[in-house]
Amino acid sequence: MKLEMKDSPGQLVAALKPISEVGGNIIAVLHQRDPDPDNHTLNVQIVLDLPKGRLDNLVALLKDQGVRIQRIGEERLLYQRSVILIGHLMHTGFSDTFDQIDSTGFAEMTELVMSMPAVNERSSSRITIKAVSRDDMEAALAILRRVSQQKSLLMIEPLEDAA
Amino acid sequence: MKVALIGLGSVGRGVAEMLAKKDDLGLVLTGIADSKSAFMDPDGIDITRVLAKKKKTGSCGDQHLSAADVIKKADYDALVEVTPTNALSGEPAIGHIKAALNRKKHVVTSNKGPIALAGKELRAMAKKKGVSLRYEATVAGAIPVMHTLEHGLAGNEILALYGVLNGTCNFILTRMAAEGLTYEQALMEAREMGYAEADPTYDVQGIDAAIKLVILANTIWDNGVKLADVDRTGIDLLTPDALRLADEMGCTIRLIAEANPKKRLLRVSPRILDKNHPLVFEGTLNALTLETDMAKQITLIGRGAGSVETASAIIGDLLYIRDRYVQRA
Ligand SMILES: NC(=O)c1ccc[n+]([C@@H]2O[C@H](COP(=O)([O-])OP(=O)(O)OC[C@H]3O[C@@H](n4cnc5c(N)ncnc54)[C@H](OP(=O)(O)O)[C@@H]3O)[C@@H](O)[C@H]2O)c1
Repeated sequence: MKLEMKDSPGQLVAALKPISEVGGNIIAVLHQRDPDPDNHTLNVQIVLDLPKGRLDNLVALLKDQGVRIQRIGEERLLYQRSVILIGHLMHTGFSDTFDQIDSTGFAEMTELVMSMPAVNERSSSRITIKAVSRDDMEAALAILRRVSQQKSLLMIEPLEDAA
Repeated sequence: MKVALIGLGSVGRGVAEMLAKKDDLGLVLTGIADSKSAFMDPDGIDITRVLAKKKKTGSCGDQHLSAADVIKKADYDALVEVTPTNALSGEPAIGHIKAALNRKKHVVTSNKGPIALAGKELRAMAKKKGVSLRYEATVAGAIPVMHTLEHGLAGNEILALYGVLNGTCNFILTRMAAEGLTYEQALMEAREMGYAEADPTYDVQGIDAAIKLVILANTIWDNGVKLADVDRTGIDLLTPDALRLADEMGCTIRLIAEANPKKRLLRVSPRILDKNHPLVFEGTLNALTLETDMAKQITLIGRGAGSVETASAIIGDLLYIRDRYVQRA
């Protein structure tokens, strides 16, 4: 589900608390990194596992906390993919790529492991992305593919079932 | 059934040896040629003698005769074309195959060049002449891919396919993963084992796998794709670190060829696969997974190259032709 809440300390914790109260299990929390500066709210996506029939209960509890629910999508899966990038990564930097992916709001880079080879050698990195849907994953991977091409990096993707 | 054999290298020798050994197959060799010489005998060639001569002198027959003479004049039902693959021109094989088809002779080949470049034209020509053109050995060596598609999976719609179609790359990746070797070290090892050519470009840049993919796609979907249509990345830029990073998450890297016409996908690229994936195995083996509407997934694994292994595919094609068209033994 996608939530909007006041961008103030304690709000996120307050929003997460009812989930455990109704017996839910939080799988992932994705922040939108730059909150809307004008109305001081924070957008958060929460992926959770909820026992049947508890959703209405949760919605009511969240409303009591002053959290606005923007969107609820049921049976959403959490997609995770790791890719490996090979090339002169050190020279090119990565933070802008992270930002591009995070700014989609639906996918996030959750891990970056980089090997440190000898000077001037190509380095290898593993990047893990999490997304709330297959389309969002595909959008994040498309960003990575574009960046890899621009920076002459070799991107190795997982093999998924073709059909 | 009478057979003429053009090319007496690794594959040609394997075919000749098996024809000599398995004399109950009803396949009689009546013509043979290498690059410098040829020999014909309508009553059947003494294969052992010809192979011994080839070994000793480098020529299998008479210097005044050529492959063209055998193709045009010998008494045979099926031509086996096993000269080297030329992926740019397809020659001399295209010329050989056309000459045989024009004489209404069946053709069996392991040569990827003519099928990838002129497959459509050659298949049409064979059809017009009422003969068979078979090329089981061009893709994945001994694995009966074409027979499976044609017979075992008859009536199925093939939705997609993906596989490991180059044993040299699979060997190199296996060694990089197991020993932490660099690409260069693993390539050197592959050369020492006789798995890689002096010029490994075709293998390691994925060209060989891409040619096989083109043959498969055209055979299954008749979609006219060409080598240039394949989105291709080789394994020569992979690092030992990349394999280690994959290993850390229970995965490894393999060179995968894949085609999916609905997704307009035709690609050869190194990919991350779970170690338990059916396409992850060690050494020089090949494998192909077919996704179909009825049978769902079928994966075939086996030897993708080798003298006798490739001969197995060629003899399978010859016997198919014998049973289907040429009832005399
Ligand atoms: N090796 C494998 O495991 C394998 C597997 C699948 C498919 N294939 C394909 O099968 C074909 C044969 O492979 P191979 O490994 O046997 O090759 P090879 O060892 O290089 O042998 C090629 C043979 O063709 C002969 N030749 C060359 N030009 C000729 C011409 N113009 N006329 C007549 N004969 C000619 C050569 O004659 P000389 O003996 O006089 O040099 C040699 O005997 C290739 O197209 C290859 O891609 C090979």
